[in-house]
Amino acid sequence: MEEMKDVVLKYVIAEYVEDDSEIKYDTPLISGGIVDSFSMVSLKRFLENKYNISIPDDKATPEAFDTVNKIVTLVNEYVKK
Amino acid sequence: MGSYNERIKDFDWSISEKELGYKPGDIINIGWYCSDRICNMGKADKLGLIWEGQGGVEKRYTYNDIRLATNAIGAFLRGLGIKPEDRVCLFMDKIPELYLGFLGILKTGAIAQPLFSAFGDESLFIRLENAQTRAIITQKKHAPKVRKILDKMPWVEFLIIVDQDPGKPLQQREIAMNLEQLPKMEEFEIYPTYAESPSVLHYTSGTTGQPKGVKHVHYSLIAQYLTSKWVLDLQDDDIYWCTADPGWVTGTSYGIIGAFSNGVTQCVLDAGFSAEAWYRFIEKNKITMWYSAPTAIRSLMKAGNEIIKKFDLSSLRHLASVGEPLNSEAVIWSEKVFGKPFLDTYWQTETGAIMISNYPGMKIKPGSMGKPFPGITATVIDPENFEPFKESGKIGLIALKPGWPSMMRMYWNNEETYRKKFKNGWYLPGDRSSIDNEGYFWFVGRDDDVINTGGHLVSPFEVESALLEHPAVAESAVVAKPDFVNMEVVKAFVTLKPGFIASKDLDLEIMNFVRKKLSPLAMPQEIEFVDSLPKTRSGKIMRRILHAKEWGEEIGDTSTLEND
Repeated sequence: MEEMKDVVLKYVIAEYVEDDSEIKYDTPLISGGIVDSFSMVSLKRFLENKYNISIPDDKATPEAFDTVNKIVTLVNEYVKK
Repeated sequence: MGSYNERIKDFDWSISEKELGYKPGDIINIGWYCSDRICNMGKADKLGLIWEGQGGVEKRYTYNDIRLATNAIGAFLRGLGIKPEDRVCLFMDKIPELYLGFLGILKTGAIAQPLFSAFGDESLFIRLENAQTRAIITQKKHAPKVRKILDKMPWVEFLIIVDQDPGKPLQQREIAMNLEQLPKMEEFEIYPTYAESPSVLHYTSGTTGQPKGVKHVHYSLIAQYLTSKWVLDLQDDDIYWCTADPGWVTGTSYGIIGAFSNGVTQCVLDAGFSAEAWYRFIEKNKITMWYSAPTAIRSLMKAGNEIIKKFDLSSLRHLASVGEPLNSEAVIWSEKVFGKPFLDTYWQTETGAIMISNYPGMKIKPGSMGKPFPGITATVIDPENFEPFKESGKIGLIALKPGWPSMMRMYWNNEETYRKKFKNGWYLPGDRSSIDNEGYFWFVGRDDDVINTGGHLVSPFEVESALLEHPAVAESAVVAKPDFVNMEVVKAFVTLKPGFIASKDLDLEIMNFVRKKLSPLAMPQEIEFVDSLPKTRSGKIMRRILHAKEWGEEIGDTSTLEND
């Protein structure tokens, strides 16, 4: 099964990157201006659908969504529960 | 500004004209006033722009650097054959080329058309088609969105890319413009624009119809200069930070024109939002004047007070806010944590400059918009007869007496809609408010269905039109939904075509469809799949009913509602 961080990375590249910029697991997405605060809502929705979880709004902060690695840490908190 | 009450006595815009050394009938070119004039005042070596990009990369420009760079860009554009009044679009992140390109365009006499870099291809096309834009200046990261629609835009002659990789081939109509490689231009013949020469074309959304191009002229400088000086209280030694993106009017009126015409040092942070990054930026640059927006302020509130203690923010002298009403909690919070309140300012794309505001030294009533700027006649009128209310406290339409310098001159190719903005001799911005017995204005809300999300106006019509292009969507209605941070966000009610079933995946697919077509701002943050939409007997969708439900308000008259 594909690792979660690869799934998230692929999704971010497919949905939010217009050019051929290289995006890695630790590339800043929110503070780097790749995903804005409005688009973060669709990224959160993707994660919730994909992993059948519900991320509370107060946990879906720009800091928690800032890199693929951080997103995976956040999602794992809810997947395990 | 000194005493507000003294300033409103015998106010005349000639105060600003005299300070700028302008006499009616003279040449007036914003590009010159924002660069050459400051150099001529002996400030050529003063820092005009401190820019920080991703990863902390920094660039600094003195006023002489700004003068030379804007000359160079002007010469480059003129070399391509760009003529006065041609529309030149700026489609970029907040990089130095955006700020310098804006002034360079104005120096040639062409019209600057800034567009928000997060716009999707459809939003872009509608605005470029309406303006019949001749050239687009962009970055390689945004070029693919333009290329996607370039075949449909034969009027676009040049796609100018400011960061093209050397050796990488350019496509049809593309041309590279690397600012650092442009020859330094000591002398450039600035086009002699006059007061009524067009300068800027900003696009704004309405309830119905396509976005409107708001045409401004070079004389707008007179209002933008003085409001920056009196409301933002810009002083010679200020380090100023306007957080707005020049894709929108605040970013040009106060993020470029107001700042540079006053000769202050301004800072730009071209990075996504985070409370820590913003506080660090203030501390690092010793920002003294900070002009931001309620959405950002509420996001900072959400990040908590503990984080503030990690930074030295004692340089802050004056704070102001624009974009949507600033709630009293935010004013009180800022006074508590920064030691000074954010002062709310009220204006819009069409007014070009601040109309109603709170002023340094004037009593602040948290939650109030403040009082009209000197020289601005503002009131609240009865929506029935368009006459000003005689009593205080009544809720009506905000009305402004036309004639201030930065008033829009026209909606581009749309005179009919322009004329509709005036009633009984008043210009109506489309907002409702009341005035208390001390003359303070209190914002109530929009007078139409336009959604104000994070300080940006989104047209429900545009979102509904985009939704209908999705293969699964049969009908849609779009309304504002309350939101703590953004004040309002877009919510869509959708009925599906036969054969489609509502699901979480379809919900996400439709969200992303709108985001890419229009912009992240316009993407519905929530989609509710419904069996039918409330309609009048004549078949018109009643957004009002859906809006009232979202806001927990009375639904009101439903006598025209179609029976289900």
